Amino acid sequence: MSIIKIENLTYTYSIGTPFEKTAVNNVNLEIEEGELVGIIGHTGSGKSTLIQHLNGLVKPTSGNIYIDGQNIWSKDCKIRDIRFKVGLVFQYPEYQIFEETVYKDIAFGPKNMRLPDDEIDRRIRTTAKLVGLKEDILQKSPFELSGGQKRRVAIAGVMAMQPKVLILDEPTAGLDPKGRDLILNQIKEYHRQTKSTVLLVSHSMEDVAKFASKILVMNRSEIFCYDTPPNVFKRADELTAIGLSVPQITRVFCRLKQLGVDIRTDVYTTEFAVKTISEYLAAHNSTESEVQ
Amino acid sequence: MENIISVRNVEFSYANDFDDNSSPKQILKNVSLDIKKGEFVAILGHNGSGKSTIAKHMNAVLTPQSGTVTVEGIDTTEEDKLFDIRQHVGMVFQNPDNQIVATIVEEDVAFALENMGVEPVEMRKRVDDALKSVGMFEYKDHSPHQLSGGQKQRVAIAGIIAMRPDCIVLDEPTAMLDPNGRKEVLKTIRQLNKDFGITIVLITHYMEEAAQADRIVVMDDGKIIMDDIPSNIFSNVQKMKEIGLDVPQVTELMYLLGKNGFDTDTHIIFEEDCTKALLDILKITHN
Repeated sequence: MSIIKIENLTYTYSIGTPFEKTAVNNVNLEIEEGELVGIIGHTGSGKSTLIQHLNGLVKPTSGNIYIDGQNIWSKDCKIRDIRFKVGLVFQYPEYQIFEETVYKDIAFGPKNMRLPDDEIDRRIRTTAKLVGLKEDILQKSPFELSGGQKRRVAIAGVMAMQPKVLILDEPTAGLDPKGRDLILNQIKEYHRQTKSTVLLVSHSMEDVAKFASKILVMNRSEIFCYDTPPNVFKRADELTAIGLSVPQITRVFCRLKQLGVDIRTDVYTTEFAVKTISEYLAAHNSTESEVQ
Repeated sequence: MENIISVRNVEFSYANDFDDNSSPKQILKNVSLDIKKGEFVAILGHNGSGKSTIAKHMNAVLTPQSGTVTVEGIDTTEEDKLFDIRQHVGMVFQNPDNQIVATIVEEDVAFALENMGVEPVEMRKRVDDALKSVGMFEYKDHSPHQLSGGQKQRVAIAGIIAMRPDCIVLDEPTAMLDPNGRKEVLKTIRQLNKDFGITIVLITHYMEEAAQADRIVVMDDGKIIMDDIPSNIFSNVQKMKEIGLDVPQVTELMYLLGKNGFDTDTHIIFEEDCTKALLDILKITHN
């Protein structure tokens, strides 16, 4: 069964004012449990509005959202429960930290879930470890930490609630390459360990290409495509046309194709590029020797 | 060429606000660096390497605890010359929302000029010119909150341009922008450098942006560890990765191909050159 089902979803901001704008336009989408979805789309494409619907922060203008088979705006559904099921990490979550210690900050969500203290303690320690925060940091003030550490504290706070769906809005924005890889690997590890569904909004095709099982591309308030990375990058030309930046490597292979080389263009990582070149040469050399 | 900014043996530490007993953390360790007039220099380094701290020394937001920084020959510790220094070197920061002060785009661009007491007629001309040079003239009557991140960042740059500086230091100006905004800002920066001869110091985490500079300075642990043209810097793929930095994807591909027994050049940093190199590799075996 799909964990997230979006049915004819439309959302319009500021209805009846000069600023009226449809941010999400008749979107239909089903996401299977356990997927790691990368969400791509340029600013204003509707991706943030879409994810804010998934834990009931925004109420649809029309259409329905089902989480785990339950219509979240039906009368018998408590929206509070949905917030525990679907954890949302905003952009720059480090600005939302407020507690005196790292420990208390991570505990905030689990405490609201009214979990027993020993369970809360266990969750704090395991998630802190998962995001690479050492034990001795737990009793420190979060404001003593570096920006990257603070962000990991904020992410751990949502992970500790063990939501069935974890959504992160640009978790790597503003980080250096090392910090970016660290956080992405921790999210990947979280996904592997919990087998939960993870949605990750990113501007970086390179990042998404590296680890997502599916990619959702938003364009002009609509879904442009929802598919596996190779299938999405096959459409590199179309992605470029709608103003998205495909990985540098993909652009190079598209250019080779344009220049008449009969080579695949769904190449998006350097490792895969090396493999593609080797395969091309192997195939080419073998056909040549057959001719001889 | 003449130096516009000269950093000599600068040391700098931030005091630790939370723990008075611990020794302050040294951020800059005996750093010396010259920025020549008209140059486009990129500074790379991971978080905490000292790159923002060095940038803040370039227009006297910070002053050295030992060593000297001079801007157009003026020592940045001369407090009565602060206005002159900041008129020579303008600074653009990461977050566009923190830099906009007015409710109308053109008023925001005029903010510094008002402080400088520029005549109204001259001010009108400078604001218009500045907005044109960043491609935001048609938005002059807009409210900044209606603009995209990239547009706001260009307005922030226009505010600096209007002061007619010789040099602009940009501290991760594209970190919070989407790919389109990044492209817009970088195009603007390059134009200012090429067409108006403004010296650019760009701090960035995006290797593809740094690749477009004339020269790259790499910082690690408060020291300058490399200072060279982009293709030479990025050809050190292994070293760059070791210090937590990246190289452009095409350079990495050349590096990996080399490891797999192909004859490649890791000095390649642009797509066109990579395409040519790949054509060669694919063709050689055709013959």
